[in-house]
Order: sequence, then structure tokens, then C-alpha cells
Amino acid sequence: MMFDVSIITDRVEPILHGLLVTFQTWFAGVLIGLVLGLGIAVLQLFGGRWLRIPLRMFIEVIRATPFLVLLFLLYYGGPEFGLSLEPITAGILGMGVYGSVYFAEIFRGGFQSVPKGHVEAAECLGMGRWQCIWRVQLPQMLVIILPALVNMITILCKETAVLSIITIPELTMVLTGIGSETFAFVETLLVLCIGYLILIELSSRLGLWLERRVGRFLVRS
Amino acid sequence: MFDWPTFLESLPLMAQALVVTLQTSLVGLAFGFVIGIAVASMRLSPTPLLRRLGGAYIFVFRGVPLLVQLLFIYYLLPRIGLPNIPPIGAAIIGLALASGAYIAEIFRGGFLAIPHGQLEAANLLGLSPWQTLTRIKVPQAIRLTLPALVNEMILLIKASSLVSVVGLADLTRVAQNLAASNYLFLQTYLVLALFYCLINIPLAGLGSLLERRLGRSA
Repeated sequence: MMFDVSIITDRVEPILHGLLVTFQTWFAGVLIGLVLGLGIAVLQLFGGRWLRIPLRMFIEVIRATPFLVLLFLLYYGGPEFGLSLEPITAGILGMGVYGSVYFAEIFRGGFQSVPKGHVEAAECLGMGRWQCIWRVQLPQMLVIILPALVNMITILCKETAVLSIITIPELTMVLTGIGSETFAFVETLLVLCIGYLILIELSSRLGLWLERRVGRFLVRS
Repeated sequence: MFDWPTFLESLPLMAQALVVTLQTSLVGLAFGFVIGIAVASMRLSPTPLLRRLGGAYIFVFRGVPLLVQLLFIYYLLPRIGLPNIPPIGAAIIGLALASGAYIAEIFRGGFLAIPHGQLEAANLLGLSPWQTLTRIKVPQAIRLTLPALVNEMILLIKASSLVSVVGLADLTRVAQNLAASNYLFLQTYLVLALFYCLINIPLAGLGSLLERRLGRSA
């Protein structure tokens, strides 16, 4: 079993392009997931019973469904309800929806971790509910939930590999493609593993750095 | 909208595939459990080399996406002299190796939560390290980490949908085949999602029930 470096070095350009697609889908998916998740959490906590119950059901159903199945539903089932998407759009949307329920749970925990006294104080000072969420609750909870958010974001990075199954040309698809073209499975799969390990390590390092940075201002009682 | 005859016709196939999914996940979880206990013990061992090895295992198997791990096993096992591993074997090995890394982290927390005095007492009573592990540490760690273990099981059942890429006729694979022949993509995949929900939502309920129960008595 020889390791043939030229298989990789001859194809740096397509591999880098695959990496770029991985980054794009990851970031876009995380962004959509964060926005949707925050929306779900806020509506769940402050929206009353008629919103809370359907949102709870949505969270439970998405959490019970594998990411791959969600992608199949969006990409192959979508045209039947008038949603014909490009693979990459379906992939990003799928990541967003999948991530949103986990982010929503994290945000919900965060809102509940902000001391009640702060909210009451904000009310006494004449802040409205949204002002209180935006100025008092969000800034404080973001520090507390940062580790959980970073953890979920790294999990989503790994989930991008699944996007290859619906033919999105990200890192996994590009490298397994090269593998079946050249039969050099060892080289391509090793590079793939190392690539993901570097990505994961970098993002968790970045997360730790952020935690230290924003944690300076938090006074824990 | 919903094509009932096709649905009813596909039910026996889906039920069969459900068994395959449950089998692979459960057997994978069982092996992952053993790997997890071993790796967690390594992580907490006094020997630096073992600690390093345990850490490296967790780093690699938690860092690489499961899909890539499965492809690795599927393509590489035949090349290192283990040909003809049936898809179910490759799938179980993949799920076991990956869940082992997650369970190791769960168990590490569980082991650390056991009061040190108990281990000293076990030592004084002449229990061997193996006896201490199987009689003192593991039973208590399981009780302490039960909600996390149930959660890991849900994650594993979901992750098992990826074994369809190594050719195992699990729920996802069978639904793909059905959709390819009946062209009812939306319906078939909705039924597929429903199957996963029917397993995982009760499991999630069990998990949060255990969490409340154990939280109260602790």
C-alpha cells in the first residue's frame, strides 16, 4: 500500500474548491440556523400557548429525524409542494432547519439562565419586552451559552459531509470522486479525514478563544 | 394526495428495514458501550501514554464525520486483507467506533462523579481493578449517565441512516429504493421521517423522564 502524493497534488484546485463549498454551506447553514433558532426560542418563551405547542412539536419532530432524511424531503420531495431547489440551496436550507431546533434549545436555556431580577429591573426602568430581550437578556446569555453554540456549530461542520449524498460538490464529494476515478481510496480518504480534523480543531480553538474573550465581562455570582 | 395503496404495499418492506436499522444501531451501541468504557478508563488512567491514546481516539472518532468513517471502513478493510465484510459488518463497526468515542466522554463524566472513597474502600477490601470497574464503577456510572446514554442512542439511530451509503438495506436505503420506483418522493420520505419519529420521540421522552427522576433522587 503506497501513498501516492501526486494524486492529491495534481488536484489541488478542485479540492480547494470543494473546501470552499464546505465553508459556504457551513456558514450559510449556521447563519440561517442561528436566526431561525433565536426566533423559535423567543416565540416559544414569549409567544403564548398557541405558539408554544406547535413549536415544541416542530422541535421534537426535527430532532427525531436524521439530517439525511430531512435533506431528501427538501431536495427530492420539495418539487411536489412547489419548492424546486438547487442541491446547494436545499443543502443550506436543510442545515439551517436542522440546526435551528438545536440552537433554539440552547437559546431557550440561555434565556432561562438570566436572573429574573435583571428582567424585573429592566421592567421597572421602563424597558419594553423587546428592549429587555435585546439589551438585557441576549447580551448576558450569549456569554453563558457560547460553549454550547460553538459545540453545535462544530457538529454542523461535520454534517456538511452528508451534503455529498445529494450531490453538492463539497469536500467529501470531491475527494471521494477523485477516489473512485483513480482508485486511490487510501490517499483521498486520509486527506479527507485530516481535512475535517483540522477544521474541527480550528473551530473549537476559535471557540475557546472567544469564550475567554467574552467571559472577561461576566461576573458569576 | 396521499397514495394509500402504495403506502400499504410498502409497509412490509419498511418494517423489515426498520428491523435492520434497529439491529445495526443496537449492536453498534453495545460494542460502542464496551469501547466507551475502555477508552474512558484509558483517559482516566495514571499512565500518560494510555491517557494520550484515549484522547487521540476521541479526537479522531469525534472529529471525522461518520459518513467519512463509514467510507473509510468500507473501502479500506478489503485492502488490508479483510475482504468480503458484509455491509452490515462494516456498518456496525463504523457505528461502534464512532459511538465509542461519544460514550467514552459520557462515561468519563460518570466515573469522575463516583466518590473517591468508594474506590479506596474497594481497594482495601481486596477487589481487583477489574472487579472495581465492573462491580463499582460501571453500574454507578450507568445510573448517573442514563439520560445522556439514551440521548446517545437517539443520535446513533439517526446516524444509522448514513449506513445506507455502504449498501445496507436500512430504513433510509429501502425508502430511497421505493421512491425511485414509485416516484412518490414526498410521500415516501415523509413516511420515512415518520418511522424515525416513532422510534426517537418516545426515546426522547424516556430520556427526559429519566433526567427528572434521577435529578430528583440525586
